[in-house]
Formats: sequence, C-alpha cells, structure tokens
Amino acid sequence: MAEFFAIYVWPALIIAGQSVLLMAVLLVIIAFLLYADRKIWAAVQMRRGPNVVGPFGLLQSFADLLKFVFKEPIIPSSANKGVFLLAPIITTILALSAWAVMPVGEWIDGTTLVVADINVGILYIFAISSLGVYGVIMGGWASNSKYAFLGALRSAAQMISYEVSIGFVIITVLLCVGSLNMTDIVAAQESGLADWLGIPWASFLNWFWLPLFPMFVVFFISALAETNRPPFDLPEAESELVAGFMVEYSSTPYLLFMLAEYVAIILMCALMTTLFMGGWMPPLDVVPFTWIPGLIWFVIKVCMVFFMISMVKAMVPRYRYDQLMRLGWKVFLPLSLFMVAAVGFVLQITGWAP
Amino acid sequence: MTVAALFFYMFSAGIIGSAFMVISARNPVHAVLFLILAFFNGAGIFLLLGAEFLAMILVIVYVGAVAVLFLFVVMMLDVDFAELKQGVLQYLPIGALIGLLLFIELVMVLGGWVISPEVVRVVETPMVEGMENTEAIGRLLYTKYVYLFQTAGMILLVAMIGAIVLTLHHKPGVRRQNIADQVARDPKTAVELRDVKPGQGV
Repeated sequence: MAEFFAIYVWPALIIAGQSVLLMAVLLVIIAFLLYADRKIWAAVQMRRGPNVVGPFGLLQSFADLLKFVFKEPIIPSSANKGVFLLAPIITTILALSAWAVMPVGEWIDGTTLVVADINVGILYIFAISSLGVYGVIMGGWASNSKYAFLGALRSAAQMISYEVSIGFVIITVLLCVGSLNMTDIVAAQESGLADWLGIPWASFLNWFWLPLFPMFVVFFISALAETNRPPFDLPEAESELVAGFMVEYSSTPYLLFMLAEYVAIILMCALMTTLFMGGWMPPLDVVPFTWIPGLIWFVIKVCMVFFMISMVKAMVPRYRYDQLMRLGWKVFLPLSLFMVAAVGFVLQITGWAP
Repeated sequence: MTVAALFFYMFSAGIIGSAFMVISARNPVHAVLFLILAFFNGAGIFLLLGAEFLAMILVIVYVGAVAVLFLFVVMMLDVDFAELKQGVLQYLPIGALIGLLLFIELVMVLGGWVISPEVVRVVETPMVEGMENTEAIGRLLYTKYVYLFQTAGMILLVAMIGAIVLTLHHKPGVRRQNIADQVARDPKTAVELRDVKPGQGV
C-alpha cells in the first residue's frame, strides 16, 4: 500500500498541487492585467478608466467577476443547449491547459519551474492553441443566430490562416534550437551574438529576437490575429456583428469566453517571451540583475509584451476582412516560408546548426 | 503499468463510443464533434505507445485543421433528414461490402500477428536507444524514405493546384484594392478644383 502511494498517489498529488498553484497565480495576474489593459486603453484616449472599485480601481476585475457570476445565464430557446454551454467550457479548459508545459522560471537548484517538462512541449502548445477555434465555432453555431454564426465563420477562417504563419515562425526558432522542449528553447538562448561580439554581459543580445527579428514581428502580429485581439477582432466586431460569436452569451458562460481570451493572450505573450526573449534569463548578466529570480524576469517580460499588445489595441484601427486575409496569406505566409528556407540555409552553410 | 492499462481502456472506450456516435448522431454537427473526440482519443493512444510526436501531429493536423474545415462545411449545409433516410437501403450493400473488406483486413493483420509474431518484427524499424521520438522519425523520413516523402509532397502540391484551378474564376470588372496605388496617390492626382456655377452640378 505504501508503495502504491509512493508510485501513483504522491506524484499525482504533487502535479495537481503545482497545476492549482500555477492556475491560481495565473488567474490573479490576469485579473490585474485586464485592469491594466483597460487603464492603458483609457490613458491613450485621455480617459480615467476604471477608478471606482478599490484604490485606483484595482479591484475592478474582481467586481466584474462577481457581477458576471451572480447574473442569470440566459439560454436562447432555439439554441442547441448542450453545445451552447459546452463551447465556453471547452475554450477555457483548452486555454488553461496549454500552460501545463510553459516553463516560467528556474528554482534555486537549477530545475525548471514547469508542471510537465515534455519532449514535444512547443508542439503541445501549438496543438492546444489551434483547438481554441472550436469554442468559437461551437458557440457561434449553437447560438442559432445570424450574427453569432457570421462571427464564428470569420473567426474560423482567420484563426486557421494565421496559425500557418505562427507554425512557420515556430519552425524557424526550432531550427536554431534543435529541440522541441520548452526548457531547451530557453537554454539555447544562453549564448549567442553577445559572446560572439565579446560582450558576454549584454545577454539580451543573445536572445533570438535580434537574429530572427522579422519572425518576431510576424509572430507578434499573428498572435494578435490568433487571439482575436484588435486590430483583428473581426469575429466580435461590434460595429458590424454586435458581439460576434458571443452575442447570445450572458453571465458565467460569457465570463468564461472573456477569461479564455485573456488566458490565450497571456499565453501568446509567454510564448513570445520564451521563443524570442530568453524566457526567465536576466537582460544583463551583471550583478544587480542576476540577483532577481528568473520567475520575476519572466513576469516582467510577459507584462512588457502585454503592454505592446495593449497599445496596439488602443492605437490601430480595425482591419477590413479582405485586408486581414491578404496580410495572412499573401504577406506573412511567403515571408515566413522564405525565412524558414533562409535560416536553414544559413545554419547549414555556417555550421551553426545544433 | 496499471495506470497505462487504465488509460488504454479509457481511450479505447472513448474511440469506440464516439465512433459509434458519429454514425448514429441525428445532427450532422454533433457527428463531426464526436469525430473530433475520436481523433482526440486516438492521439491519447499514440501517447500511450510512446509516439508523442505523432500524437501532437494528429491533433494539429486532423483536429486543428481538417476537422475545422469539416465542421465549417457541415454547419453551413442544409441537410434534409427525411430525404437522407430514404437512400439508406440503396447504399446499404456498398457500405456493407466496404465494412466487410475492412473487417477481413483487420482479421488478417491480427491473424498474422498471432500466428507468427516475427513477421511483424521484420517490417518494423527498431527504435534507436536514447533518441527522441521526433528525431528518430526525422532521421528515417529524410534518409531512407526521402523519395517517398518528396513524392507525397508533390502529390499534395498537385492536388492543391488542382483545387485552386477548379475553383478560381476571374470575374471581369471587380474592383480590387491595390495598396501600392493608394500609397502612391498624392494631392496633385487625388484632388481636383473646379468652379461650380450656382444651380448647376459638376
């Protein structure tokens, strides 16, 4: 019996504990990032933004949560009830489960802070994030409404289009890393251009954002499109489709959709941090910076990327649908395909390939 | 091992159950959703076999792309169930024949495995010790089977071009946005000043 506990029960409990801890911290961070998003948006438009609940409105997200949860969920009578309620749940579960393989830092003894350190980590994230479209399609179809259905169709086409270029960007990074493991991807950015230039303290030059800069830009824009963020928020374009696939949702199901959207956005920020910005490594390899734990650096970098995404939302007007498709298929796809070949060629010629 | 067996039976039951629901669900959208569930359970079985790369590719390609398009098309179809039901008996013999063929093939594969297990061993490529799944597949695919791999790619390319040729229609007189033209416009070409006399149009 003791053996059974040691082999099965104890590891399962540890993993469950780690997952719950990660999820709790993630959701609290998201609550404040949502507040930050609204504040930044308001500041750009010279408004005050949320400023009533708590000091400086800091508790606004929690007030919103309570309000959503205590409202009555309204299900349209002609909706397909099972699929209608399944859609937001699936979206949220998928968005959260992608975080299982995300390495967020390094413990004191050198082990990575990650729930599941699997061989094919980046493929797992790509697979799970490509499933996010199901929640949208199912929600749009089950609502039995024209607006919702149009929103769902748009979103399906949009997410599939931009997934292609995201896949190619990931491939270029993987060519430079030589592994699909998330921890290896961060470890591969420990040495690089800075060592080559003879300034090893400037470790931010080692990261992949500099040699793969075009891919960084492509990934950033594709991430916006993949998560339905403005300027690519066509599935829920309120001027045309009211709220797109979320039109018929209210109360907790709507909250789940919103939550999943923000979890997916933060996931994309974390992915950009891991792929291009050295994960949990400090930007300068000198003393005051190296004292700060890796987890803090990771959170700082994620917040920085989120700030950029937030500013894009505030500043850029929404794309028209044909422009969106043109950008995805005629600009990003050839560019990223060419970069895959070019990066492979350079790595092979110079012998830098891992 | 107990946990692996438990998960195996869970995934197998999931596949069989959802495959049954695919053909018995009344709503075609529900059928596609059950098909997706079946794919997912298949990926689970791949994971149990230690083929994590194949599992992830199955989810990315089939669930993330192919099944989305399936769902896309099925959602937009206006299916008349009464008409659909009438044709069932007509197609039953062909369906039964295909089912029988598949059944015979399965029996032959399983029979070969039971009667002489060494035959199966000869065909399979042994897993290299200490090599990751992804790397092993890559090494095999790009060395031993590189011509077959390239041929498969060519076939897909031809299919893609064929689909584009069949569906592409150039309509005359469609106004398209040319971003280069728009950017190249300047006030001289874009603005024209005219004297308009009162009571008359331009």
